[in-house]
Amino acid sequence: MYKIPVNHLTQLFSLISGDRALYAPIEKNGQVRFGRWSESEKVSLDKLNTIRSAKDFFFPQSENLVAFKTEGKKITIIENRDDSEAFILFGVRACDAASFDILDRVFLSEPVDTYYKARRDNGIVITLACSEPEETCFCNVFGIDAANPAGDIATWIVDDMLYWKAVTAKGDAFTETVKGLIEKAGSFENLFEAAGSPEEEKLKKYKENVKKIMDSLPLHDLSLEGFNGEALNDKFNSPKWKDLSEACLGCGTCTFVCPTCQCYDIRDYDTGHGIQRFRCWDSCMYSDFTKMAHGNPRTSQLERFRQRFMHKLIYFPANNDGVYSCVGCGRCIAGCPVSMNIVKVVKAMGVDKNV
Amino acid sequence: MYNREQGINEALIPKLGVVTDIRVDTPDVKTFRVNALDGGVCFKHIPGQCAMLSIPGVGEAMFSITSSPTNTEYMEFSIKKCGCLTEWLHHMDVGQQITIRGPYGNGFPVDTEFKGRDLLFIAGGIGLAPLRSVINYVRHYRGNYGHIDIVYGSRSKEDLVDYEEIMNEWSKEQDTNVYLTIDREQPGWDGHVGFVPNYVKELNFDTNKTVIICGPPIMIKFTLAGLQELGFEKTQVYTTMELKMKCGIGKCGRCNIGSKYVCKDGPVFRCDQLDELPNEY
Repeated sequence: MYKIPVNHLTQLFSLISGDRALYAPIEKNGQVRFGRWSESEKVSLDKLNTIRSAKDFFFPQSENLVAFKTEGKKITIIENRDDSEAFILFGVRACDAASFDILDRVFLSEPVDTYYKARRDNGIVITLACSEPEETCFCNVFGIDAANPAGDIATWIVDDMLYWKAVTAKGDAFTETVKGLIEKAGSFENLFEAAGSPEEEKLKKYKENVKKIMDSLPLHDLSLEGFNGEALNDKFNSPKWKDLSEACLGCGTCTFVCPTCQCYDIRDYDTGHGIQRFRCWDSCMYSDFTKMAHGNPRTSQLERFRQRFMHKLIYFPANNDGVYSCVGCGRCIAGCPVSMNIVKVVKAMGVDKNV
Repeated sequence: MYNREQGINEALIPKLGVVTDIRVDTPDVKTFRVNALDGGVCFKHIPGQCAMLSIPGVGEAMFSITSSPTNTEYMEFSIKKCGCLTEWLHHMDVGQQITIRGPYGNGFPVDTEFKGRDLLFIAGGIGLAPLRSVINYVRHYRGNYGHIDIVYGSRSKEDLVDYEEIMNEWSKEQDTNVYLTIDREQPGWDGHVGFVPNYVKELNFDTNKTVIICGPPIMIKFTLAGLQELGFEKTQVYTTMELKMKCGIGKCGRCNIGSKYVCKDGPVFRCDQLDELPNEY
C-alpha cells in the first residue's frame, strides 16, 4: 500500500496524464461527470454518483463499428473503429466497478465483443472507496462493499491522505509505472510513500465506520428473496405490474444512467462520403425497441417496464449463476421523473407479498 | 494490450456477398441467390439457422437461410416485402453486393431428434422459407428419415412460395405427400381450399410423427391446437420464432422471450419449451 497526501493529487494526476489519458469525476456547473482530466479541471472526491455511470468508458453511448463505401452495385468495407486509446479511469466507486463484472458477462462471453474487450484491455480502473454512502445507496444488497471497491487499483481517502493499493496484476504494473514517473520527475517529496501497519489500522477503522453508515441507511436491508429463475412465470404474470408501471413515461432515463443496462442499437448514417455503421445505447423502455415489420411483442408500457425489471432481477440471474443485473448505485432512484425504481418493484413483488 | 495485428474476428463486422440470381416467387416474395465474392457459399450453416443481411445505409435484418446446407454452390433467401430494407432488396438487380454475417441460432435437430422419424412439415405463407432448408436437407439424405408429409397453404395460388419446386421436385420425391391449400377458391385451382389448421385436422395424420411448423403466429396457434386434438404432444412439435434483432449474438438485448434469446438460444424451439417461457412473442 502507498499513501499520497490529498493536496498533492494534482501533481500525481499531472504525472499520470502525461503518460496516458486520465479521466476522473469532474465538477462543472454543480454537476459531476467523468471527464478528461487537465490541471484546470476540478476533480470531485466527494460526490458518490456521477450523472452517468462509468460504463461509458467501455460501452460508450455511441461508437463506430465499421464503415462502407458504395459505388454502383459494389460495396467496400472499411474498418474505422476508435477503441484503441489507452486510459486511466480514476474515482470509480464500488458499485460502478462491480457493474464492469456484469457487463463482462455480456460482452466477454462468446462470441467476444471485441470493441468492448479492446476498451477493457486498454483501460486501467482506479476505484475510490465511499466514505459516506447516501440514502439512495444499496450496493450491499448485491454483496458489494462500498469501503472495499474492486478495480485494478483501489484507493481510500482518510484524513487528507489517499491510500493506494494495487488489486490486479495490471494495477501492480501501473503502480510501478507511477513510481517510475515520480522518480523521473525527481522533485516530488512524499508524493508516493509506502504505507505500513499504522495506516492499515486507520483503514480498518475507516471501513468499520463505512459499514456502520451503510447499515443505518434505509435501503440496506432490501430483500431479494424470491427473485430467481424459478419464479420467472409467477413474477411475469403478476397483476402488480399494472400499478407499478402506470406512471412510467417511457423516458428511458433509468436505462441511460444505469451502470448495467447494456442494450444497444446498430444503425447506419450517410456521412456524405460513405456510410458509417455505429452502435448506440438503446432502451427497452422505448416503444420501438422490439417493433418489427410484422408487429411488436411489447405494445404497452406495462410490457416494456416489466421487461426491464424482469431482466435485471430474473432473466439475468437465470443465465448468470444468480448474479443480478443491478449494483445498487441508486442513480435510477434519483433520476426517475415519476419516482419509480427497482427498489419499489422489489418491495412490491418480493416474497410474502402475494405475488 | 489489445493486439490489432493479430486480426480481428468481430461478429458485428459483416462479409460481402453478391446477388447472383433473383426469382420472383409471389407478388411480394422474391428468392435471392447469394454467393461469396469468390463464389460458393458465404459460410456453412445448418437448416433453420439465420443470417444478417444488410444494404449499408438502408438497414440490416435477420433472415432465415432458405437453401439447404447440402447446396454448396450458393445460399438462398426467400424474402417478403414488408419494410424498409425488404423494399430495397426487392428493388435490387443481379450483381448487387450486400453484406452478410452469420450463421446465427441453433437450427433444427436434423441429425439427432429428426433422424429416423416420419416428418410432418406445416407451413403458411412465407413461413415456408425456413422449412425449405430442412425439407431439402431431408431430401438429400432421404434414407435417414421416414415418411414425409408437407402441408402448405397461402392466401392464393400466386402466393405459394417455391411453387415450381414443390410441384416438380417435392411432389415427385419418394415416400412423400404434399398437400397444398389456398384460403379462397379461385379460377384455375382445383386443389384444396381452406385454412391450414383445418386442413391439418381434416388430413387426420397419425401421431407417430415429428412436426415442424412455421407461419403467421395465429396459424401456428390454431394448428398446434388442432394437432393436440389429433393426439400430438407438444414435445413432438418444433417451430421457429421471429423477433426484432440487431446483434444476432445475444447481446443487444431485444429478442428475448423471458431468459432466452431467440437469436442465440432459438430461433428453433420445441413447443413444450416455449410453454415454459413467458407468453410474450
